[in-house]
Amino acid sequence: MSEKFDVIVVGAGPAGTSCAYTCAKSGLNVLLIERGEYPGAKNVMGGVLYRKQMEELIPEFWKEAPLERPVIEQRFWMMDKESVVSFGYKGLEWAVEPYNNFTVLRAQFDQWFAGKAVEAGALLINETVVTECIVENGKVIGVRTDRPNGEVYADVVVLADGVNSLLSKQLGFHKEFRPDEVALTVMEVINLPKEKINDRFNLEDNQGCTIEIFGDSTKGNLGTAFLYTNKESLNIGVGTTLSSMINAKMKPYELLDYLKNHPMVKPLISGGESAEYLAHLIPEGGYRSVPKVAGNGVIVIGDAAQLVNAIHREGSNMAMHSGLLAAESIIEAKHRGDYSEASLNLYREKLYDSFIIKDLEKYKDAAHTFEKYPQYFKEYVPMMNKAMSKFFTVDGTPKRDKQKQIMKSVTSERGTLRVIQDIYRAWKAVK
Amino acid sequence: MHIVVCVKQVPDTKIIKINPKTNTLDRRSAPAILNPYDAHAVQEAVKIKELTGGSISVLSMGPPQATAVIKKSIEIGADRGYLITDRAFAGADTLATSYALSKALERINKDHPVDMIICGKHAIDGDTGQVGPGIARRMDIPPVTNVIEVTEVNQKEKTVLLKRKLTNGYELIQSELPCLLTVEKEINEIEYSPMPNMIEAARYEPIIWAVSDLENVDRAQLGLKGSPTIVGKMFTPPRPEGGKKLEGSADEQVSQIMEVLMEKKDLFTLQPSK
Amino acid sequence: MNLDDYRGVWVFIEQNDEKIEGVSLELLGAGRKLADKLQVPLAGFLLGHEVKPLAKEVIAYGADMVYLIDLPVLKHYRTESFMKGVMHLAKQYKPEIILYGATPNGKDLASAVATDLSTGLTADTTMLDVDIDSRLLEASRPAFGGNIMATILCKKHRPQMATVRPKVMKALEPDASRLGKIIEEKISVEEEDIRTKVLQIVNDVTKKANLADAHVIVCGGKGMGDLQNFQLIYELADTIGASVGGTRDVVEAGWLRHEQQVGQTGETVTPKIYFAIGISGAIQHVVGMKNSEFIIAINKDPNAPIFDVSTYGIVGDAMEIVPKLIAQFKKLKAEKGGEMIYV
Ligand SMILES: Cc1cc2nc3c(=O)[nH]c(=O)nc-3n(C[C@H](O)[C@H](O)[C@H](O)COP(=O)(O)OP(=O)(O)OC[C@H]3O[C@@H](n4cnc5c(N)ncnc54)[C@H](O)[C@@H]3O)c2cc1C
Ligand SMILES: Cc1cc2nc3c(=O)[nH]c(=O)nc-3n(C[C@H](O)[C@H](O)[C@H](O)COP(=O)(O)OP(=O)(O)OC[C@H]3O[C@@H](n4cnc5c(N)ncnc54)[C@H](O)[C@@H]3O)c2cc1C
Ligand SMILES: Nc1ncnc2c1ncn2[C@@H]1O[C@H](COP(=O)(O)O)[C@@H](O)[C@H]1O
Repeated sequence: MSEKFDVIVVGAGPAGTSCAYTCAKSGLNVLLIERGEYPGAKNVMGGVLYRKQMEELIPEFWKEAPLERPVIEQRFWMMDKESVVSFGYKGLEWAVEPYNNFTVLRAQFDQWFAGKAVEAGALLINETVVTECIVENGKVIGVRTDRPNGEVYADVVVLADGVNSLLSKQLGFHKEFRPDEVALTVMEVINLPKEKINDRFNLEDNQGCTIEIFGDSTKGNLGTAFLYTNKESLNIGVGTTLSSMINAKMKPYELLDYLKNHPMVKPLISGGESAEYLAHLIPEGGYRSVPKVAGNGVIVIGDAAQLVNAIHREGSNMAMHSGLLAAESIIEAKHRGDYSEASLNLYREKLYDSFIIKDLEKYKDAAHTFEKYPQYFKEYVPMMNKAMSKFFTVDGTPKRDKQKQIMKSVTSERGTLRVIQDIYRAWKAVK
Repeated sequence: MHIVVCVKQVPDTKIIKINPKTNTLDRRSAPAILNPYDAHAVQEAVKIKELTGGSISVLSMGPPQATAVIKKSIEIGADRGYLITDRAFAGADTLATSYALSKALERINKDHPVDMIICGKHAIDGDTGQVGPGIARRMDIPPVTNVIEVTEVNQKEKTVLLKRKLTNGYELIQSELPCLLTVEKEINEIEYSPMPNMIEAARYEPIIWAVSDLENVDRAQLGLKGSPTIVGKMFTPPRPEGGKKLEGSADEQVSQIMEVLMEKKDLFTLQPSK
Repeated sequence: MNLDDYRGVWVFIEQNDEKIEGVSLELLGAGRKLADKLQVPLAGFLLGHEVKPLAKEVIAYGADMVYLIDLPVLKHYRTESFMKGVMHLAKQYKPEIILYGATPNGKDLASAVATDLSTGLTADTTMLDVDIDSRLLEASRPAFGGNIMATILCKKHRPQMATVRPKVMKALEPDASRLGKIIEEKISVEEEDIRTKVLQIVNDVTKKANLADAHVIVCGGKGMGDLQNFQLIYELADTIGASVGGTRDVVEAGWLRHEQQVGQTGETVTPKIYFAIGISGAIQHVVGMKNSEFIIAINKDPNAPIFDVSTYGIVGDAMEIVPKLIAQFKKLKAEKGGEMIYV
């Protein structure tokens, strides 16, 4: 029999690396297996990295990690065909330590982060696909890879293989997604000189901006688009649930093209050179889709456990934190010498006790509400734009009368009662 | 048999940038890989070792991160790896590179006598193919470049039989050992490394030498100082005028080009079939 | 080293089967210009066995003199014996510039000689010039993967050496009436001193990409999208009886064999007609095909650099244009009942 490790982690994304790093630091013998050419080679993310959960792992990471820009402004756009209602916050307190969050390019960030796990003592193997868990007497005892002599064994196998997690599906933890449980997102990295970015977004060199775009960015379907600033590039992307995409017969790249040519967006990206085109799923099922996360000799973390807050676009932080909780649980299991489901369920407890599941529970109805009631995206965003346009157009009408007119047009388009219902429903979903 | 393979870390040339101020490669902008030809060189050493026994060392000169290509070579099946890294090596052209590598080879040879050195046909960044033959001259062993097959290794007679690619075919060459080969890609297929190799490589720590670890080194022959060639200027090649761009719909363009071709009777005619 | 002790431009005359390689003749053409500019003689150096008759041809193609070493031990090219010959000549006559064809043997020889002479060697040059004042050879080559040329200089060492890509320089029209000197030299090398033996030479024409000799080439690039669409390239080539080539990206994607790669690290081709389809026109590709007589480029990006070297450019989607071309050629063949031939 070939080598046995304390822990095998499958997937060197934020979740897996966080777990491998923490286990290795406490002296466990860790093997981290990644299928990409290097960690991050094909990983996709809009690019906001949250400081808090990263800092718990590596204090003051911003001093050495390959980050793009600290985010000092977050904008939200309610976009119609030729207009946009925008609000947001910009604060210079976010431009200094300890910062709030950062934009990152995953190809660089993941590689650096995995390097930290290697420094801590984990063994990293790239270009290797884990094809299945080796199960004996109902217990996971190792993994099989696509390499010759490819079996390796461990007390605990951690599945951090991302949203599709074939491995947890194989173990029966997880069923196939329903099309409304995942969003298909496409994004492009567009190279643009630093000076242009600073000018167009009103930034200094070490300041970044994020724009979340709702409404016409998805042609009114459930989903969002985003535009983030890196040092010398922009990340632009758009996604909707698979079900909306199917229902509206949209193709993801057409949607991205539409966005890039939208008159509100085009001037921000014009003259840029497309450097990369990426597509990826995001788990959006939220609370109700979280699968079984611990079994005999096995733990599931990150996207593989569907730990994404779709409303706030938080994923990497949940991935990292779940990796940390898993590592803590494994270290304790090691002390007990017990890797049974009962022992590893400590991870489940920690997870349900953390902000991760609490946040997911809070928003458990949000996506379903918006999916079922398309008026939020299809009608309210354009209405808001019309309202703002009316309100700000100086035409001699007294402001008080304008407000009345606006309310009237809103309620006449949807009916007073329905508007109240909609507001109540939305409030319930995100309260 | 003790085979030493020289391996170089190169930027993945598809995504490369140049620093316009210094006219040098901005190596940070592209991911670094093991020169593809060198991967074939290591693979060939593994194939030879399967027949003859012995061991395989790899040798690289480069920045500290070049340990990555040594690890990659261990994945393919090398047994040990040396990295020579020192500021004094920086800026070397092919002459200074072959000098530095030959000094390291002398030291390796002292500890484990070397029977064969294998290099890649060329490195994809500089694309010169001059380092291999240079090393052979400095070590005073025969070079055989552009090898496409190692046909036979006779350890008793200390000879090898090789096929060397020529412009119009190949030649069969017998060479004494030790010798230096540079290999073409078609010499073998890189095998998918088994898991135990991967684990060994992940654990492996290369032997690292600075100039001071090498003997009898003439520092004037190292790095930028020891390089007779320099990059004078960089320029975008003069853009030729370009020809005519056709206009109109696809169909119109196609018929225009057909017309032009049919007129060019000196180039192209339609011959009635017999 | 006193640089002024070195004078004259030399070209390595590579020969096989009593025939001079084309690149050596091209280099005589290029070397002639350099020598005239520097106002020094141009010499060819010729090593081999029973090759003396070739010396006349070297002169006809522009050399003022030929250094000749004719010995049995030089019958086949081997690094050790040939470099001893070149070292002997170079040390004795001290040329300031030596040019070699960038062929397997030329590169091998030049690398070995450069090491022993401790001088600079520029690989795979595609442009040559000299600066008259400094007498420096300016050897330029595509570099760094970008569309950029780098000029390599060797300021403090002599001779200055370069290997030069076949088919990028032009040979002069041979002039049999030209006069020149033939200087024969001897070296003492015994067969036993040479540690390699050539047992057999196999001329394998089938393995050789028939690209180099093809009259018409249809070359496809990454713009064809995928392997399936790339079949259009084959179909067009088939219809007009052309050979198929590709860019490095296509070869790396596994759509073609390495022998079919056109460019700096592949074949240099000079067909009568060259179709460049879905090819951006990176310098490394262009140096391998720009001397084709008639270049037709199809690319959907009107700014693609390939249009700079094409004779005719079609801006459009290859998936649309190529099938139409195929249909046109097929129609023509059916109407006229014949095969395409190229003269
Ligand atoms: C377009 C987009 C924008 C996003 N924007 C943000 C954002 O701005 N901020 C944020 O926090 N989150 C964002 N997310 C979510 C975030 O990217 C994920 O939540 C996070 O990457 C999850 O980390 P992970 O480690 O669980 O999975 P992943 O990052 O998907 O990593 C899984 C790893 O496992 C490897 N792997 C998979 N299968 C195997 C196998 N069989 N064998 C070996 N290796 C395997 C993969 O190669 C990969 O490296 C975004 C997601 C998308 C798609
Ligand atoms: C040291 C070195 C040596 C090299 N040697 C060589 C060499 O010998 N030979 C070589 O070829 N390259 C070589 N290269 C690589 C070279 O730099 C380029 O990367 C390569 O030639 C690009 O290939 P391409 O034109 O097929 O692909 P791309 O550059 O990707 O171009 C594709 C083109 O197709 C067009 N296109 C896309 N879709 C369509 C469509 N539907 N219809 C029509 N047009 C379309 C696009 O507009 C684009 O212009 C070398 C590089 C280095 C660094
Ligand atoms: N820095 C280096 N370290 C180790 N080997 C090298 C180095 N540079 C070149 N080589 C070897 O020489 C071959 C030819 O390289 P080049 O002459 O640069 O094209 C490569 O394939 C390597 O085998």
